[in-house]
Amino acid sequence: MQFTSSSIGRKILMAITGQAMVLFAVVHLLGNSSIFGWLNGGINAYAEHLHSLPLPIIIGFRLALLAMVSVHIWFGIQLTIENRGGRPQQYAVKSTQKATFASENMIWTGSLLGLFLAYHLAHFTFQVISPDTAALKHLVPLHNEMVPNVLGMVVGGFKNFFVSLIYTGAMVALFLHLSHGIQSFFQTMGWSTDKSQPILVKLGTLVALGFFLGYVAIPLTIFAGILKG
Amino acid sequence: MSDHKTMTLTLIVWRQKNANDPGKFETYTAKNITEHHSFLEMLDCVNEDLIYAGKDPIVFDHDCREGICGMCSQVINGAPHGGQDRTTVCQLHMRKFKDGDTIYIEPWRARAFPIIRDLIVDRSALDKIIQAGGYTSCHTGGVADGNAILIPKPVADEAMDAAECVGCGACVAGCPNGAAMLFTGAKVSQLALLPQGKAEAAERVKSMTNAMIECGFGNCTNHYECMAACPKGINVKFIARMNREFLKAQFA
Ligand code: HEM
Ligand code: SF4
Ligand code: FES
Repeated sequence: MQFTSSSIGRKILMAITGQAMVLFAVVHLLGNSSIFGWLNGGINAYAEHLHSLPLPIIIGFRLALLAMVSVHIWFGIQLTIENRGGRPQQYAVKSTQKATFASENMIWTGSLLGLFLAYHLAHFTFQVISPDTAALKHLVPLHNEMVPNVLGMVVGGFKNFFVSLIYTGAMVALFLHLSHGIQSFFQTMGWSTDKSQPILVKLGTLVALGFFLGYVAIPLTIFAGILKG
Repeated sequence: MSDHKTMTLTLIVWRQKNANDPGKFETYTAKNITEHHSFLEMLDCVNEDLIYAGKDPIVFDHDCREGICGMCSQVINGAPHGGQDRTTVCQLHMRKFKDGDTIYIEPWRARAFPIIRDLIVDRSALDKIIQAGGYTSCHTGGVADGNAILIPKPVADEAMDAAECVGCGACVAGCPNGAAMLFTGAKVSQLALLPQGKAEAAERVKSMTNAMIECGFGNCTNHYECMAACPKGINVKFIARMNREFLKAQFA
């Protein structure tokens, strides 16, 4: 049997692609946090750094991420369908001991993340959601050159209650997905033991909480008027 | 003599004539049950009443009734083996219940375990997994000297922990995906840990996990319900070990 049709092989592919996205989420959060001013020039300077990378690196990075997301979604759906069939008839009394809301709803929190991903790209990458604040169309001076006003676009977006709400809701889904996913990664890769596994469950939830707080800090501080454009 | 207070219980039991029958719940009253009855003895009493009344008794699996054979298999109020820590149904006692309780009794439910009748399911899929590689094919020759193969005590202990699995299938019954990863993980680990089993470890883990899929078991999503259901306390670390063995086998 092929690795890609085996039970554990597909699970390992889910784990590796999921964890690669977690690593991306770490870098992305660190980059976004430049909006709070630790980088000279703020998020506009950060965005300019990224876009001045050699084109092949940018394209390669985007293709790699696209591949991760595609593999993760493909096997996520395939395994979920198979697993729903594993117990065709449910018990009259449901009494789960260890499964959690997060572990039972990975496909739904994942689907929400997939929809959010599409919205997020349309909003800040392709900039088609609110064209009047699109950064590519509003250049501002930075260190003697004109650069896209990413700060203006982000602040303009998050002043809107519904936009902030969508982002906050998506981060709740991210928290749930990762509170199960991070520890699951170590178990799937075979890196957890009887001693580390219960600790990894707690640590994974803690890291997921860190992602949630870190990411929602941006829309929240903007909507509350603390962070201004 | 202590006075025997008795309890009366309402049982809601799954009745199904055969694999093709849709099956349904029937309600029974268990009378004159004392706290000294085991759960299976309580069912024996109910069955006696049913037989005297000219009805079909409730059919269930059992053998040793001392918690070692792995035959007994009932989901009680949603929990395989009744949910008491490290306890098979046959070792569950009625002192855990009280007068007037309502108890749901269901068979193991999983695609890979078709129902034969009432509470008996066909668990031969677990045998198929064992047939796929749960053995070593070395020539045994005459009786070997004790300790001819040295095995460090911690390794022997770890293999022994995995070998505690009695093959009851409660892990499958407890798993929302009907996966057999705890059972297979225990068998793969038990052999992979020991020098006699190492030689065929790579082939074994591949063919045993292939058999899991072919038998219709689901895949693991790390809910850890299996560990909660297991009457022998098999730890999910053996699933992690099997995953590790599977990864290693890709490069073997
Ligand atoms: C884009 C849409 C997504 C879908 C449809 C999706 C779906 C799933 C599903 C069905 C699982 C398996 C659940 C299980 O085995 O219990 C899973 C696991 C996982 N996901 Fe996602 N997910 C998505 C996005 C993400 C994102 C954006 C991340 C990270 C930031 C992520 C990280 C993980 C991790 C770490 C796992 C655990 C892998 C394992 O079980 O070992 N996922 N996902
Ligand atoms: S792992 Fe535990 S629950 Fe599963 S078959 Fe073995 S003894 Fe039964
Ligand atoms: S009847 Fe043997 S373990 Fe319960």
